[in-house]
Amino acid sequence: MRAYLSRRYVISASHRLYSKDYSEEKNRAVYGKCSNPHGHGHNYVIEVTVGGQVDPVTGMVCNLADLDSCVQRTVIDRFDHTNLNFDERFTHEVPTTENLCIAIHNLLAEHFVHADLERVRVEETRNNFFEYAGKGKHGALNNR
Amino acid sequence: MILLTRKAEFSSSHYYWSDQLSPEENVRLFGKCANRNGHGHNYTLEVTVEGEVDPVSGFVVDLKELKEVIHREVVDVYDHRHLNLEVPEFKHVIPTTENLAIAIWKRLENQIEGAKLHRIRIYEKPDLFSDYYGEA
Repeated sequence: MRAYLSRRYVISASHRLYSKDYSEEKNRAVYGKCSNPHGHGHNYVIEVTVGGQVDPVTGMVCNLADLDSCVQRTVIDRFDHTNLNFDERFTHEVPTTENLCIAIHNLLAEHFVHADLERVRVEETRNNFFEYAGKGKHGALNNR
Repeated sequence: MILLTRKAEFSSSHYYWSDQLSPEENVRLFGKCANRNGHGHNYTLEVTVEGEVDPVSGFVVDLKELKEVIHREVVDVYDHRHLNLEVPEFKHVIPTTENLAIAIWKRLENQIEGAKLHRIRIYEKPDLFSDYYGEA
């Protein structure tokens, strides 16, 4: 039987929303206080959902320790207590939480092999969150 | 179609152990969850049903009845119990969060009048939960 397992992690990072393609005025108009020159930070909550058949012996979709270590190695060690604007991923991309969500999804899709990656959700504040299920998979969220 | 979710809580103990694995494999795989003296959690259960809104009552399902079913079928059976030792479906199935979601689905699937079960979500802790949609 197919079930889904979700786990939440926290990273703290800073960012500045600023596009090199925009003028100073346009950046200010589009991003508001998020484009203040010295940046600002968040405690991001990352919710990772994986799916798969429940193993009849272990009763698990995957071993949580494998998920924890993969997220730790590929996501937390890379982004926690960093300035996202300086990460190579964001050299040419604005580190909005949409883009961070996609970046985290793509890293886990590449490195996590023990179950199917279903969705990554990133909460920037308790009122803002973003979800990504993979390229072209907007339908996959489908009431889930 | 509209979705409606009702929450419930219960507190239970359990341990993770498979007789099909050696003691060493159990410890390696399940870590501290394999402690045979067990440990416990405050579980939060979310039961989501789907259906059409009744034009007269404005309900998808009578919430009071849904609450009663959840309590009768799940909370009264699981709450303040040792899942491995006192709940029949876990006699030979490890009460992982995944298996709890599946077991609760089976308990509720045919018990809700007027609506279809959509999802069982069970939180073992605020940062860990499992979802089951009745998929094979």
